[in-house]
Amino acid sequence: MTLWFVFALMTAAAMFAVLWPLSRRGPDDGGSDVAVYRDQLDEIGRDRAAGLIGVAEAEAAYVEVSRRLIAAADAAETAMAGRIEPPVWRRRAAVVVAFLLLPAGATALYLTIGSPQLPGERLASRERVAQNSSIANLVTQAEAHLERNPGDARGYEVLAPIYLRMGRFADAANARRRILAISGETAERQTDLGEALTAANNGIVTDEAKAAFERALVLDAEDVRARFFTGIAAEQDGQRDRAAAIWRGMLEKAPPGAPWIQTIQQSMARIGVTPPVAATPPVAAAPGPSADDVKASAEMSEADRDQMIRGMVARLADRLKENSDDIEGWQRLLRAYMVMGERDKATAAAADARRAFASDPDKLRRIDGAIKSMGIDG
Amino acid sequence: MIPELGHFALVLALALGLVQAIGPLAGAHYRDAALMRMADSTALMQFVFVALSFAALTVCYVTSDFSVANVYENSHSTMPLIYKYTSVWGNHEGSMLLWVLILALFGAAVAAFGGNLPATLKANVLAVQSWIACAFYVFILLTSNPFLRIAEAPLEGRDLNPILQDIGLAIHPPLLYLGYVGFSISFSFAVAALIEGRIDAAWARWVRPWTLAAWMFLTVGISMGSYWAYYELGWGGFWFWDPVENSSLMPWLAGTALLHSAVVMEKRNALKIWTVLLAILAFSLSLLGTFLVRSGVLTSVHTFATDPSRGVFILAILVFFIGGALALFAWRAPLLKQGGLFAPVSREGALVFNNLFLTTACLTVFVGTLYPLALESVTGEKISVGPPFFNLTFAPLFIPLLFAMPFGPLLAWKRGDVLGVAERLMAAFAVGIVAIAVTFVIKGGQSVLAPFGIGLGVYVIGGALIDLVERTGLFRLPLATVRSRAAGLPRSVWGTAVAHIGIAMSLIGIVAQVWADERIVSLKPQETVSIAGYTLSFDRLTQRTGSNFREQVAKFTVRNSGGTVVGTMDPSKRTFPARATTTTEASLLTRGTSQLYLSLGDANDDGSIAVRLYHKPLVLLIWLGSVVMMLGGGLSLSDRRLRVGAPKPAKKAATKPALQPAE
Repeated sequence: MTLWFVFALMTAAAMFAVLWPLSRRGPDDGGSDVAVYRDQLDEIGRDRAAGLIGVAEAEAAYVEVSRRLIAAADAAETAMAGRIEPPVWRRRAAVVVAFLLLPAGATALYLTIGSPQLPGERLASRERVAQNSSIANLVTQAEAHLERNPGDARGYEVLAPIYLRMGRFADAANARRRILAISGETAERQTDLGEALTAANNGIVTDEAKAAFERALVLDAEDVRARFFTGIAAEQDGQRDRAAAIWRGMLEKAPPGAPWIQTIQQSMARIGVTPPVAATPPVAAAPGPSADDVKASAEMSEADRDQMIRGMVARLADRLKENSDDIEGWQRLLRAYMVMGERDKATAAAADARRAFASDPDKLRRIDGAIKSMGIDG
Repeated sequence: MIPELGHFALVLALALGLVQAIGPLAGAHYRDAALMRMADSTALMQFVFVALSFAALTVCYVTSDFSVANVYENSHSTMPLIYKYTSVWGNHEGSMLLWVLILALFGAAVAAFGGNLPATLKANVLAVQSWIACAFYVFILLTSNPFLRIAEAPLEGRDLNPILQDIGLAIHPPLLYLGYVGFSISFSFAVAALIEGRIDAAWARWVRPWTLAAWMFLTVGISMGSYWAYYELGWGGFWFWDPVENSSLMPWLAGTALLHSAVVMEKRNALKIWTVLLAILAFSLSLLGTFLVRSGVLTSVHTFATDPSRGVFILAILVFFIGGALALFAWRAPLLKQGGLFAPVSREGALVFNNLFLTTACLTVFVGTLYPLALESVTGEKISVGPPFFNLTFAPLFIPLLFAMPFGPLLAWKRGDVLGVAERLMAAFAVGIVAIAVTFVIKGGQSVLAPFGIGLGVYVIGGALIDLVERTGLFRLPLATVRSRAAGLPRSVWGTAVAHIGIAMSLIGIVAQVWADERIVSLKPQETVSIAGYTLSFDRLTQRTGSNFREQVAKFTVRNSGGTVVGTMDPSKRTFPARATTTTEASLLTRGTSQLYLSLGDANDDGSIAVRLYHKPLVLLIWLGSVVMMLGGGLSLSDRRLRVGAPKPAKKAATKPALQPAE
């Protein structure tokens, strides 16, 4: 209500600015060119008196300016003579404009582009209320904390998996790097870095990621995840035999009942080493899920896991139908379809995503980039 | 509530602007005093509303109200307070708001201080000014609205572009805009006069103070931008012939010509076509600059956002105002009666010469800026018109102009005696030649042309001083008389001399850069590097944390050739995590008007760091010259004859040399 009261006051001030001059009577009271020429004549007189110009020059200048003065005075007189009292209807028209059009026009325009229902939210008040405790804002607060305390490794350890889950893979990789720099290296930390880097590159084990896994294996030759990913790297390099050898070695040394055995077996099946089982997504290589998720899904039976993943993807797809503005969601969905080998669905989803962002060139560009990088466009 | 107040205030400013664009125009046409008077109150109130709107946006920035999209996109809660203020205009939307604020400011100034203007002229000027303002209000509200909101305010903003996080942003844009937009008032005067069909000597007197004020701000605005680029971009250049810089230089050249034409028109009722066209041109070039920078046609630091719809909108504004003004001019041109006659060799002739060279220089900049763009859009071929083009075209135009400069004020109106003036300038020639010789002796033959440049600068300063000496009678008359004559001299005469000295100072500063020294080396701690008689030792590399950045600072100690410590330098590299960008902060050590300039490159693995070191002789003269030019403008503006609203100008002495035939 206060807002509208202030708006009304402001509008009244604007109306006043239009109405006030109409209420006063009398002729225009501005300056005139006659005064300017009079000044110029005075100047010439002063210059001559001071000896700055000669008599003859002053005389010539005097004549020239006088001519202008006479012409200006004549024009002013003609104008005065031709003056008539202006008709009243013009002022009335101006009054109507001030009273009706000005407030109506301003209000109409404001209502189409303004947001009177939104309160102002200064930072200080928002921090106190802390009503925005969404993940994104918690992350922002944690980031601010780390900005002030860049040596806090624990903070990064909390943030890194959250980044992975949010799809901010590059940030996750950076956080892993910071942890390595602060707390020194262990096999696990190197593997975490490699995993984040792999996720950031859509499941491709890049040179940098590979270096991290290899470093981890130097530190601990038995690091399971690192060995698994070096196998993936070999597979992606086209060295299926090497991949198979690495994985076979892992299976041989595997403690009985280890939760990851099945994952390895599936990977081997994928490259056609053991008799093929039903095609399943290479879960471990899929970006997004953290190590815990992988472990959890590895403990399930294959059918269950397949079902679980498909369920998650379907839920994501449903959610995106309702809220199509979530660009990270679209990227996750597209990646999931590609990983699951559902190229048709991926293509259809890509088209949907493009439609959803048709009006937002910035996001459209981003989603286009993502689609191209996944090779959906063929 | 604050952002919505600002939004509504802007909408009201538009509504008032529309009233002001139509009412006074009708009033002037029918000579209806009440409708004409409406111009004053609406112009003042319009300014109040735009100022309110600007203040609201400022409050949003200072309190980090990220529910305003513009604040969220260009600000960060940990930014130092000063940048929270400056980031208001460090982005497209906010800077357009500053644009209209200054537009409204000039309108309000005319309403408040234009008491000496005839009522019809004033009403028309304010109406035209309001047409421009309305076009930009609509542009802002529909395509670049800084008050758009975000329903759920994010907790943190995306930070201001780190290159803009500098005190330069507090100074350069507001000054530049005061100049750029200030020419709108000259434009409005020209269009108003064309509408009325009355353009005479009195009009020139009325328009001159406004043009002068805009010109002063533009001069310093451009120069401060140049200094900012010099110390922020990290490689010691001060002018890049970047299209954006060019688009601020063009209005300056046209505005300088306008200023000089208006003098002739005021005195002799001549050069009317020149003056009116230049008034239209100066602002048209400002609009063009705005279009080039905002449309995304150009990419540079100044391109805050590229959006084709904005480009098309500004193009429409451009076509409407430039096209409309020129069409009006074509229609009214027959009314421009030839005024006072003059011989080719005369003060008027000298100013025509000045106009010709300035507009030609403006044209070369125009071609050099737009030709590559036109070529690219037609053929898709990218060419770069860089410094070589401008050095070959712009510089040769300025040499005769500067050479003729001291002649102008010494020549008489109507009919001058060029040999007599040359005789009186003998002392200046002599000093100039001595300067050339001395420069050659000191600097040897490193550059053949540069000593002549220094000589030219010294000669221009000498010429300006001779003008003052002649007018005050120094060395000829008793001291008391000299004092009283100096006091009686119109301030505009002092202003002319001071401004001309200023441009000569800038010239000397620019030419002296031929002798700049440069070292690019890789240094480890405790190593030293020498330049121009100074020895810099690299003490250590340290880390520092600022409020929203981290920086790597290198500490250097500077010793002169005698081994005495003359100062320390600490260039740094700043990393801004919010935008993941790095900026280079050069360190400057000023010795007299020369500077040592040190900026950091990349650190190498072996602990060494690349540094660029420059010695820039007399470099500060470039910018000091522009400040002196502004002081000259200020002196001229304070001339009692020009003081707006002064009922009776008290004194005016000769703006012509003593002992010479005048008017």
